[in-house]
Amino acid sequence: MIVGGIDVITLTATLMGASTPVLLAATGELVAEKSGVLNLGVEGMMIIGAVAGFAAAVTTGNPVLGFVAGALAGALLATLFAALTQLLLSNQVATGLALTLFGLGLSALIGKGYEGVRPPGTPKLDFGPLSDIPVLGRILFSHDWVVYLSLLLVALVWFVLRFTRAGLILRAVGESHDAAHALGYRVVAVRFAALAFGGALAGLGGAYLSLVRVPQWTEGMTAGAGWIALAIVVFASWRPWRVLLGAYLFGGITALQLQLQAAGYAIPVHILSMAPYLVTIVVLVILSAIHRHGVQAAPACLGKPFHASS
Amino acid sequence: MSELLKIEGLTKAYPGVVANDGVGFSVRPGEVHALLGENGAGKSTLVKMIYGLVKPDAGSMQFAGQPFAPADPRAARAAGVAMVFQHFSLFEALNVAENVALGMETPPPMRQLAARIREISTAYGLPLDPMRLVGDLSAGERQRVEIVRCLLQDPKLLIMDEPTSVLTPQEVEILFHTLRKLSSEGTAILYISHKLEEIRALCDGATILRGGKVVASCDPREKTARELAELMVGAELKVTDRAERRLGDVVLSVRELSLAPMSQFGPSLKGVSFDLRAGEVLGIGGVAGNGQEELLATLSGERPSAAATVMLNGMDISGLGPNGRRAKGLLAAPEERLGHAAVPAMSLTENAILTGTMRKPLTRHGFVDQGAARRFAEETIAAFDVRTPGAHVAARALSGGNLQKFVIGREVLQAPSVLVVNQPTWGVDAAAAAAIRQALLDLAAQGAAVIAISQDLDELMEISDRFAALNEGRLSAPRPMQGLTLEEIGLMLGGAHGMQEAQP
Repeated sequence: MIVGGIDVITLTATLMGASTPVLLAATGELVAEKSGVLNLGVEGMMIIGAVAGFAAAVTTGNPVLGFVAGALAGALLATLFAALTQLLLSNQVATGLALTLFGLGLSALIGKGYEGVRPPGTPKLDFGPLSDIPVLGRILFSHDWVVYLSLLLVALVWFVLRFTRAGLILRAVGESHDAAHALGYRVVAVRFAALAFGGALAGLGGAYLSLVRVPQWTEGMTAGAGWIALAIVVFASWRPWRVLLGAYLFGGITALQLQLQAAGYAIPVHILSMAPYLVTIVVLVILSAIHRHGVQAAPACLGKPFHASS
Repeated sequence: MSELLKIEGLTKAYPGVVANDGVGFSVRPGEVHALLGENGAGKSTLVKMIYGLVKPDAGSMQFAGQPFAPADPRAARAAGVAMVFQHFSLFEALNVAENVALGMETPPPMRQLAARIREISTAYGLPLDPMRLVGDLSAGERQRVEIVRCLLQDPKLLIMDEPTSVLTPQEVEILFHTLRKLSSEGTAILYISHKLEEIRALCDGATILRGGKVVASCDPREKTARELAELMVGAELKVTDRAERRLGDVVLSVRELSLAPMSQFGPSLKGVSFDLRAGEVLGIGGVAGNGQEELLATLSGERPSAAATVMLNGMDISGLGPNGRRAKGLLAAPEERLGHAAVPAMSLTENAILTGTMRKPLTRHGFVDQGAARRFAEETIAAFDVRTPGAHVAARALSGGNLQKFVIGREVLQAPSVLVVNQPTWGVDAAAAAAIRQALLDLAAQGAAVIAISQDLDELMEISDRFAALNEGRLSAPRPMQGLTLEEIGLMLGGAHGMQEAQP
């Protein structure tokens, strides 16, 4: 199916892969923010995940170990952030920004020996005859396991937040940490766990970028994906399924602009490369503008420091 | 009958202050026991220790004959202690059932829980819809959520921390019926308050705290409110002097004033109208969250309103901001002391400049006149007996009552023609509160008009000439305070929405 020089089926299939890093990072950040902590270090955690995952996969020759290492590295960095902001009560915004800069610098250092190396491949899952279904087979059954994992995680996060006691406690901590504390919930422990989960997902997203999407290691290869993930969480009004929509919108336009370039449209390359960011921001603005008056979707304690002193 | 809760020698010190010093008392099953005391007497610290939120430094507790030292609220709840908090421990963005579930150790599945909430809340005359968002509920309904949350756990001891401060008189009546029913079923209630008439009506025993120590134990039904108050304060009380006032011409006239909500769950103002004469004190009562903040914001000029809605001496000031209105003589003191009436990190001198510069010569050619500003701050401190080392002290370092005296004094000394205050004595101890009320009365006697917005009906009855009630953003027609009964006031406040008393 070809429209205006663009193969729609290929586009849709590519879209899912292209969106996965941002989707993973945004889902993780959603959980962290639902617990009431604003971690602006997503970009830093992603790129640490990218380099750690790449290094582990190249060294062991096993891409699965690479993803595990990426997630661990992201979680480790998030735990550092948690210790600084939750125990030492440092400012969340400044610490998050520092985390991003730290991650970018450290990843460049670690990655020095890995430039120009090819990582072991991550094969597409074999669905047998399912992949041969026209149109749907190409779109739905032609991906590697991480893509399906990311979708599963979105569903899982939605289910846990909405229907389980653990999710209820997480939301309660994000809504009013004082009330949660008064009822005897361990606010800091909940936030540590939420941040570590968010870091792990960001690291996993980074590893997907270096192991599957690109696939090689280059300095600063996340190129702002972490910031887009942060924006998507806000635009999605902290709802998991809207995060999926936002991430796929961003990924879809990224894929589309590449195809437009390939199809030889006479649009300046720079404008095309800007497009995903621009469109995501515009949609963000429109969606937040049409919210009901005064309605706040953000967790009420987002970004506020908590200390159990009173 | 043997004691349910027995406390001996309980001591807790914070840096610089001993909150509880060797406190001891006991509560029998089914007893309604009052903890009385001024702000800062140590009542809250004491119940936090019983509920496991704070660990005592010394002393011992016994609960139902067993040694009792809860490590956290869960342990206290498991033992049978439940607590309704002064500042509600509720989550606005969650629904009633979710809020209840968060206060339970092993909540049943949501559907079952919702059914039990319906059942229990109706049985005790506190009907609740488990699926509604708490943010959409009134203060009285929110308190029901807290109470129902406690009742679902079959507590042996229910602690209530100033439960009536946000309720209308009718809602208080219903709450008391619920508490009496609970007590007749054997539940002990520890009731914290500084409202003496309530305690005399409800409680079987009382322990009075002052400065962290037990100063008296008594049966409150055998004492007069005045005796209890003097035990609490430790001194004789002064009665405010309500001098004869002569009403002048209308100075402020408000017509069909409306305002969109300022926050997500906030109310809107709807067609507020009233006239205010010189020398008059208009008391505006109402349960918190019915538009008090909004009304103050539109009158002070923080939120300008539509043209010709606010007229001062015949001039339309609807579009003027706070400084424009200050220049014309309309001053205001909002409810929130820290962060609204005063900048916490700035000194008292700087805070004095922030509102004083329009009416006092505190600046010269656009530059701050430090000397004049300091003198103005010091004048306020002296005139209103603000206890502070000096005008250079940061506002946040003052206790609530002292800062309140400062922010009210700062406006009063600017000789306003109209002064609007919201909750002028909220969280202020009895002596300071009396001083603030007296200052408002004196100001009116000098010919200024005063609007006092307050949730404390006793206060409004003491100082107001006329009374109006604010309910869901609507203001009732003002009525002369003299001759108005508490019941009539309750009805003006909107009464008890959809509440019925429990059937015995």
